[in-house]
Parts: sequence; C-alpha cells; structure tokens
Amino acid sequence: MFANFDFDVIIRSLPYLFYDGMTFTLSLTAFATMGGVIFGTLLAMMRLSGFAPLSILAAGYVNLMRSVPLLLVIFWFYFLVPYIGQWITGAPRPVQVGAFVSSFVTFTLFEAAYFAEIMRAGIQSIPRGQVAAAQALGMTYFQTMGYVVLPQAFRNMLPVLLTQTIILFQDTSLVYVLSITDFLGAASKVAQRDGRLVEMYLFAALVYFVISYCASLLVRRLQSRIAIIR
Amino acid sequence: MITLSKVSKWYQDFQVLKDCSTEVAKGEVVVVCGPSGSGKSTLIKCVNGLEPFQEGTITVSGTSVGAPKTDLPKLRARIGMVFQHFELFPHLTVMRNLEIAQIKVLGRGEDESKQRGMRLLERVGLTAHAKKYPGELSGGQQQRVAIARALAMDPIAMLFDEPTSALDPEMINEVLDVMVSLATEGMTMMVVTHEMGFARKVAHRVVFMDKGEIVEDAPTADFFGKPRSERAQVFLSKILQH
Repeated sequence: MFANFDFDVIIRSLPYLFYDGMTFTLSLTAFATMGGVIFGTLLAMMRLSGFAPLSILAAGYVNLMRSVPLLLVIFWFYFLVPYIGQWITGAPRPVQVGAFVSSFVTFTLFEAAYFAEIMRAGIQSIPRGQVAAAQALGMTYFQTMGYVVLPQAFRNMLPVLLTQTIILFQDTSLVYVLSITDFLGAASKVAQRDGRLVEMYLFAALVYFVISYCASLLVRRLQSRIAIIR
Repeated sequence: MITLSKVSKWYQDFQVLKDCSTEVAKGEVVVVCGPSGSGKSTLIKCVNGLEPFQEGTITVSGTSVGAPKTDLPKLRARIGMVFQHFELFPHLTVMRNLEIAQIKVLGRGEDESKQRGMRLLERVGLTAHAKKYPGELSGGQQQRVAIARALAMDPIAMLFDEPTSALDPEMINEVLDVMVSLATEGMTMMVVTHEMGFARKVAHRVVFMDKGEIVEDAPTADFFGKPRSERAQVFLSKILQH
C-alpha cells in the first residue's frame, strides 16, 4: 500500500526539518517553560497571599487564561504584542517584535496559568509547621518561600511540571498558524511544496510521539529518584 | 525577659486564651503544663508571634510582640523555638539546616556558620550525621538537631513546644538530657511539656493551664507539694499515677 509513497522526501528535507524547525520548537518549549514556571510561581504566591486584591487578581488571570483556547490567544497576542510594545516604549508606531518573541510571550503568559495551578498545589502540600519553623528562625516571607517552601514544592511537583512541559511541547505546533517555521510548520511547507502530505504528516506525528513518549519515560524514572526522604 | 500580661485570643467566637499573665525572668526555666486543648501550645506560639492574639501584651526583652510596627522576623531571630514535630527542613542536609538561618538571617559567613554548626552538633552528640538528611535520622536525633539549629542563632531565650511528645519512649531521655544541660547553663526557657520529671528537676516555676486560663503559677516545689487548685490536683494525680 506504500507503493505510491515517496519516503525519500523525508530524508531530503531532514536538515531543514530539524535544523530550522525542531530548533525553533525546542527553544520555544524551553524558554516558555522557564518563563511560565517563574511567572506561574509568582501567580501562585499572589493567589495564596492573604492580601485580597493580589489574590483576586491572580485568580482572575488564571481562570481567564484557562477558559480561552490557546489558538485564540496566539492570534490575539500576535496582533496585540506590537501595540503593547509601542505602548510600553512610547514608540511612534507598533514595534515589530518578530515571530519568536511574539510566540514566546504568548506561551509564557498562557502556560503560566497552568504552571500557577501546579505550583499552588505544590506550595499547599508543604506542612504549615515548615513555614512556622522558618519564621521562628527569623526568616522573612520571601526567605521562607525561597529557601524552605519553594524548593520543596518544586521537588514535589517536578513530575507534574515536566508533564505539563510535554504538553507545552506539543502545543507549540499551533504556532504554524502564524506561518512560523517550527517543526510542524517546516514539515507542512515541504509537504505542500512536494505534494507529499501523507508522508510528511506521518513522519511529523512519529517524531512528536517519540519525543513525548521518551520524555514521559524519563519523568517516570526521575520521579522515584528525586523523592525527598521524610 | 518574657512578660505576658492579660493575653486573650479568640478563634472566631471561641476563646482559646483568657487573660493569661505570667513572666519568665532571665535565666529562669518555666514549665507550662495542662490537659490537651488547654491552650498551652497556643500561648507559647504567641510569645514569638507565630500566633496572633487580640488582647493583652507580650514583651520579650523590652520589645512588644503584638505591636504593629514590631519587626517580627528580627525579634524571632533572637528567640529559639523547638517544635513537637521537629520541623527540620527535609530537603537540606543536617549541616545546611544548622547553617541556613545563620547565613541568610544573621548574615554570618559560610565558614563561621559551619564552625558554629559543627560545635553545636558536637554538643548534641551528632557530628557523625552532619552530611545526612533529616529523614535518615531517628526522631530523637532529629529533635536534637532542631535544638542545635535554634541554638546556632545565639538566642536570648528558648521556647519548647512539647518537644518530646512525638518521640518513642526510648528517645525521650536523649532530648531531655540536652534540655537539662541547657537549663543548668542558665538558658532562659519556656517549656510546654508533660514530662513532670523534667519539671521537677530543672524548672523554677510551673504554670498550669486549663481551658485557656492560667490556673496556677507557682514555684516548682509548691506546685508538686501542694497545688492550690482542685484542677491542678486532679491533673497531677492523673499523670503521676503511673
């Protein structure tokens, strides 16, 4: 049944697929994860703070982001980010930030909502007594968070954080709607140019599967290694 | 050193502390005892501001704990506290547990903190365990590390919140020994405990609480000899029977 297929097209386009496409996909995943975890942790701290305005603001943001489809957010930010840039810098015309920065900002802001919920659960999993002990030693709120609560929360939540990162890795494929050359975008372009849709999309699916599956196996291995002895 | 005057605290409508007044002088050891739910743990947590209270005043070495402009972290850094469940930081080694607040709160150097930590580990007899994680130690060993961690801050007073009640019986003495030696060195201590042997041996005064009130506050000999209140008599007869 594969008689009419030309799998050679894959081999011919490998450098383009991986060097151009996968590099973009992986760096977007890495940077958006870092940005998302940092911003998400701040959101979680705001949400758990006793100060109502901060907590309501963070809860509102998280709920809003989790209620809107990612594809819409990508579109919106693609059009909005240049204007926000203009507003911040006071430039005379919209600031062209480029596809990478635009998608980095989008994914960071979007994924932060999900990372915030994970970190909130992580922070809440730390016994109250740990906070009391840190405070009793004279630590301030930020010292208590930074040296006692967050390091333990990260460890407890690492498997879930990494699982969310795998989802983020798959979600980055949506940037192809902005005709960005990520891995799927690159595969798509080759597919259209050479008329080899089935071959290219099969191959793309296989690559996403292999990477995601291997990553999830690693997460499972890691899970047993990093547990804190209690 | 520590003065509590008419301290009252409510959880919503329920009053957990009623007009509690007492005092711990410099170098004095005061044991707080009473049936469970009598508010003794809550009272001791008010002393370093871990629990807020609504009425009355608490002063520690001249600083008012409840005053809004008091720098609580700064005050707490000078008061050592030991908890029922040890509360060592499980993600840090024993040594790091001893160092971290010295470095981050007091601003001591790494070397000085390490030396100070090592000396205190020696004092509680645990130098061999410096590189281990708290989870690898027994309960008694963990509690001794927790005492060393508090001492590393050079506290002006120590608060103990039921330090032996989460321990297996055979580990209680190793912890009490450390506390006795602290007391004989003249450390100012406020100790919530059921260990009446410890109280008899080193306490200068015993405070007996019931239902959020300080029912009796007497020199140790008087308290064990002839407790005035009926409630204290009943309590003593219950726990001294065995």
